[in-house]
Amino acid sequence: MNISERRADFPILNTQMNGEPLTYLDNAATTQKPQAVIDAISQYYLHDNANVHRGVYSLAARATDQYEAVRDQVAAFIHAPQRESVFFTRSTTDSLNWVAQTYGEQNLQAGDEIVVTALEHHSNLVPWQQLAQRKQAQLKVIQLTSTGELDWASAQQQITDRTKIVAVAHCSNVLGVTCPIQKLARLAHQHGAIIVVDGAQAVAHQPVNVQTLDADFYAFSGHKLLGPTGVGVLYGKLALLQTLTPAQFGGEMISNVTWEHTEFAPIPQRFEAGTPNISGVIGLGAALTYIQQLGFAAIQTQERQLTAQLLNGLLTFPDVTVYGPQQVAQHGPVVAFNVDGIHPHDVATGLDLAGVAVRAGHHCAQPLMQVLQVPTTVRASVQFYNSAADIARFLAALQAVKEFFQQ
Amino acid sequence: MSLLKLNDLYKTVILEHARAPHHYGQLADVPATTLNNPTCGDVITVQVQVTAEKISRIRFSGQGCTISQASASVMTDVLSGQSVEQAQRLIQAFSKLVIGEKVAEQWTKQLGEAAVLGSVAEFPTRIRCATLAWHAAAQALGEIDE
Ligand SMILES: Cc1ncc(COP(=O)(O)O)c(C=O)c1O
Repeated sequence: MNISERRADFPILNTQMNGEPLTYLDNAATTQKPQAVIDAISQYYLHDNANVHRGVYSLAARATDQYEAVRDQVAAFIHAPQRESVFFTRSTTDSLNWVAQTYGEQNLQAGDEIVVTALEHHSNLVPWQQLAQRKQAQLKVIQLTSTGELDWASAQQQITDRTKIVAVAHCSNVLGVTCPIQKLARLAHQHGAIIVVDGAQAVAHQPVNVQTLDADFYAFSGHKLLGPTGVGVLYGKLALLQTLTPAQFGGEMISNVTWEHTEFAPIPQRFEAGTPNISGVIGLGAALTYIQQLGFAAIQTQERQLTAQLLNGLLTFPDVTVYGPQQVAQHGPVVAFNVDGIHPHDVATGLDLAGVAVRAGHHCAQPLMQVLQVPTTVRASVQFYNSAADIARFLAALQAVKEFFQQ
Repeated sequence: MSLLKLNDLYKTVILEHARAPHHYGQLADVPATTLNNPTCGDVITVQVQVTAEKISRIRFSGQGCTISQASASVMTDVLSGQSVEQAQRLIQAFSKLVIGEKVAEQWTKQLGEAAVLGSVAEFPTRIRCATLAWHAAAQALGEIDE
């Protein structure tokens, strides 16, 4: 991969922060957007703006075609068996809440179990916790090993014949680990449960095949894979979707309405009530095209190098604790750490002054912070468009921050 | 890198207070007010004892970043011995100072070392760190929190 050419595709990477070159290492929070995505959105508003699935005029047909073409593109991107399995939401959060409020609401009974893991983001925990409370179901947690990976013995213990839903992150937004989805899916299915996968941190970094994974639902956000904010995806197995009654009603999702009765539109329109985020979906399409042109082989080669430089660089500091696996082979592009005696916020402010953007906080995973026995951590996360110079600048700035506070 | 900029926020006074905070601890038999900063998880507990209309004893505890710990520490120095009314005015003055609003010199003088934290106004993401303890104190003093 020609890294300087790729960086030129992302205008923001060529800007400054606090008088220093912007070193953007908060990619797990949201990725930057290539010019192609920005252009696709403005092209849509400049030339193609109309509501979808409504007008008979040519402009409306063009908008609808573009919107629906992205559905095909997403289906191909995650290897869904058919386009009807894919529908657009606001975000991962929205997708996961949809599953809880639709599948969960319609299938759970008192005494049933929902199983999550100890590394879940709040958006794949709180919807299940609240559902469990509403249904008098039990929320159970699969524990982690000392290196932050899923404890298989715990998974086998927690998933039982009473389990109806297993909800798990494909990749952790804190520990940089990937969960064994295929294996978990098999276990869940053996017990008659479905598996809901939070793919927010996976889709930009590895090819996803929902059929190989055997995921019943798979959720992700556009903004974490070079696309705009405000658009998300939910994939669901068609046989499951067909059993569900929509939870939201209105325009677009109907085929016939009388005063007494409504016939719903076919799937997937049935689950897309109201005017969708058309420009967002079109922007997402441009993001997927960009990623497909680059190819995951090139993306992964570059990200593995960056992760190695980042992780190994951090591990050379004797007073830095890295959470999660300590070996690059097991570590994804997200690295959470702390520096002895320096609060994560102070580290992040120090780095900010050197133009380095990292996250400090609980990363929307407060229960995981309890497991790690820390209030918060710093987190650096890379994307293929980061350069070796970015990591070097980060490590040098960290050294300077350490010297400042430890003087 | 520009470590000089770090000095803009982390002045020596602030670093010293954070390293060896004043009035750190807990008082038995005095109600405690605990506030947390949901974005970073910092927690600060403040206890204020008022005797004859004046703050006779004040303590804080909890964990947080340099700014929140130092701010709590300087606050306890500033508020000790003040009347409830005067303490509330000082808290208001401090709250203005850290968001970059003008404060009469009389107040910056009385805020003493706490006025140094006025530099936090240039670091918008850290203002909440500076105000956490002061909000807790205001609440403890019976003032309605923001
Ligand atoms: C693992 C994980 N799940 C879910 C989310 C929620 O994504 P969003 O805020 O786009 O809904 C995030 C990102 O914040 C995440 O990292």
